[in-house]
Amino acid sequence: MQSRYTIWLIPIAILFALAAWLAWPSNNSINLDLGFTTFVRDISARLGLDLQGGLQILLEADLPADKTVESGAMEATIRIIESRINALGVSEPLIQQSGDRRVVVELPGLKNPEQAIALIRQTGLLEFVDAGSNFLPEGSTVKTDYVTGSNSLTGPAATPTSAATATAGATATSAATATTGATPSTSATPSASPTPAPTPDAPAYHTVMTGAALKTATVQSSQGRIVVAFTLTDEGKKVFGDHTSANVGRVLAIVLDKKVISSPRIESAITGGEGVIQGSFTTDEANSLALQLRYGSLPVPLKIAESRTIGPTLGQDSVRKSQIAGIIGLAVTALFMILYYRLPGVLAVIALLLYVTITFALFKLIPVTLTLPGIAGFVLSVGVAVDANILIFERMKEELRSGKKLITAVDEGFRRAWPSIRDSNISTLITCVILFWFGSQFGASIVKGFALTLALGVFVSLFTAITVTRTLLHSMLDNVDFSERHSWFGI
Amino acid sequence: MVNIVGKRYWYFALSLLVMLPGLIGIGVWGLPLSIDFSGGSKLEVRYPKAEGTIQPADVKTVLESVGFGDSIVQTSENNTVIIRTKTLDEPSQAKVLDAMKAKYGEVTVLRIDNVGPTVGAEVTQKAAIAVGLAAIGILLYITYAFWGIPHAFRYGVCAIAAMLHDVLVVIGVASIFGKFLGWEIDSLFLTALLTVIGFSVHDTIVVFDRVRENQRLYRRATYESLINHSIIQTLDRSLNTQLTIVFTLIALALFGGVTIQHFIVTLLVGMISGTYSSIFNAAPLLVVWENQEWGRFIGRKSETAA
Repeated sequence: MQSRYTIWLIPIAILFALAAWLAWPSNNSINLDLGFTTFVRDISARLGLDLQGGLQILLEADLPADKTVESGAMEATIRIIESRINALGVSEPLIQQSGDRRVVVELPGLKNPEQAIALIRQTGLLEFVDAGSNFLPEGSTVKTDYVTGSNSLTGPAATPTSAATATAGATATSAATATTGATPSTSATPSASPTPAPTPDAPAYHTVMTGAALKTATVQSSQGRIVVAFTLTDEGKKVFGDHTSANVGRVLAIVLDKKVISSPRIESAITGGEGVIQGSFTTDEANSLALQLRYGSLPVPLKIAESRTIGPTLGQDSVRKSQIAGIIGLAVTALFMILYYRLPGVLAVIALLLYVTITFALFKLIPVTLTLPGIAGFVLSVGVAVDANILIFERMKEELRSGKKLITAVDEGFRRAWPSIRDSNISTLITCVILFWFGSQFGASIVKGFALTLALGVFVSLFTAITVTRTLLHSMLDNVDFSERHSWFGI
Repeated sequence: MVNIVGKRYWYFALSLLVMLPGLIGIGVWGLPLSIDFSGGSKLEVRYPKAEGTIQPADVKTVLESVGFGDSIVQTSENNTVIIRTKTLDEPSQAKVLDAMKAKYGEVTVLRIDNVGPTVGAEVTQKAAIAVGLAAIGILLYITYAFWGIPHAFRYGVCAIAAMLHDVLVVIGVASIFGKFLGWEIDSLFLTALLTVIGFSVHDTIVVFDRVRENQRLYRRATYESLINHSIIQTLDRSLNTQLTIVFTLIALALFGGVTIQHFIVTLLVGMISGTYSSIFNAAPLLVVWENQEWGRFIGRKSETAA
């Protein structure tokens, strides 16, 4: 009997220690080596745009409202935007579809919003580039002679000034394989690190044709290997046929937005209007490449429906101030609980500390992006946590006043307060779900952050305010005789 | 014992009295909708190198020169300028900032929001849906949770009535603050409003829950005394919870920084209203319904309104 609750102090203490370790401000990563496996995870606190400054853009499909946007096309658009943003070198960008026809882009800590907006809005351009014998490393930036804005299928007819022409016939470094002969592609999306812009005197390669010549691109499996097969339009078939017949042995690079995706060598003339790009793709990479081939330009035209720029000064100020406010709020609440409820109040404050620690640990672990309203939601959830304890303690006092024994009163307090706690918390959760839905419609991460922190707080508070407080209280009662000291319970 | 239910019409009258200025405000001035709902652009910029204080009229002249003369300009401390205008696209935004820079020197961007008119309209629509869904969700849950006792549906309706009371108080106050302090209804305000809804019902449920329990315990008691007893029993809890939340919110309002001040004050107003309505409106309304005091209620209402 005596040890029933006391024994539970041990797991609670371990949980507290673990949560405290995770929540510790200077602890930014988990690095576990368990011998058979290792677990590494970045758990640095994530600050929302309103706290660290940055740019948020809501892009909307620029199509008539009654026209449905194909989900595949939207997905491809997002992939293309992703790869462009990666080139900006912003840490932790967020690109997310929001509803059927919107994309939210969040770029924290961005210095130059105009550049980012221009980059996202530009139409993607897929080119097949005659690279001569030069094997162009994947991810490198190249200059081509295709003039943006012209509608012609092929680039200008002018002979490229490429130095590569002189060395025609030299063996390319890529492994010779069937059909178009592909370079192994480790990643179909351009590399995340920003590549230097081509120097003005770099050779401009000739664009044989653009993505407009492609009819389809699909992922296929041939002899156990994953390949990307494409077919060409009639016009494209002719251009491609002519070029490949005349240039066997040369490299025909596939370039998206002036960045090399793949650099295959022409093995033989392709006049049938069909080709295959081989490489050591994973299925995901091949899918992504196929999408990019199919939708070299943004498959869904986008317009900026909303943009919000937040300067860094405002955010830094807010972080500091909300921390101070949060600590003051917590301290006053703790003081009130102790003065009014005495011993149970002290235990409730211990449970509250555990609550704060666990919640912060979860914020870092999940991770939850902290926004200003999110912090407010967290502080409010402290109110919810305390409310559960107040309900229990008030009930306990009532039972004590009616002459029940202390231990019975404690049990009754918890038992009878439970339906109120359950029903009221469910109503808060209903509101959270609706807030989260509302926020998702417009990529309003601020509203979402608030709903998420509040909901998380409700769950954790149920555990700390009920399980932890009960364990602490019972452990006390088991070990100390309070039967003559009802004043300790605020009576 | 304190008789709250007996004086219910006084408390309803007090509610009306509190709501009245706000309702008049909504009627006369409307709601100060921010660009989140109406669409448009809002630039909050600071010019640390500007000489002297920046005058709104001068800023308007600058804006007129680039074709945005119909903007609303506000200035505050540290040479901060807030410009509200129709939606700016990238080039016009750059044009405005350049013109301002030419006059006031280097700019520190605090925040710039551009919201297209279609998005604004849709936010308004979805906001209404969100509030409606919250009400329906809570109504259904309460009806479900109170299914075992007579007239379970009433409890849901009365909780929603008390919730609407809080919504009206909050929106009314927003209208008045909008008129006199220049506050705006933005998506953060909506977040506060939905939170108030959640907490208001939270408080009401605690009282109703006690009613549910007492109905099983005191089968002989009149409904009126049963309700009153339940309110009194939960009074300590209602006030104490209210106090801790109010302490916390006041701390946030005083020290939490300007950005969320309006948000916190809105919450504060709503929370106080929520506790009031859960004690003095929600449960007493059950009695009104039980006794079917409709005729009397209407009579009293016109009396208080007069």
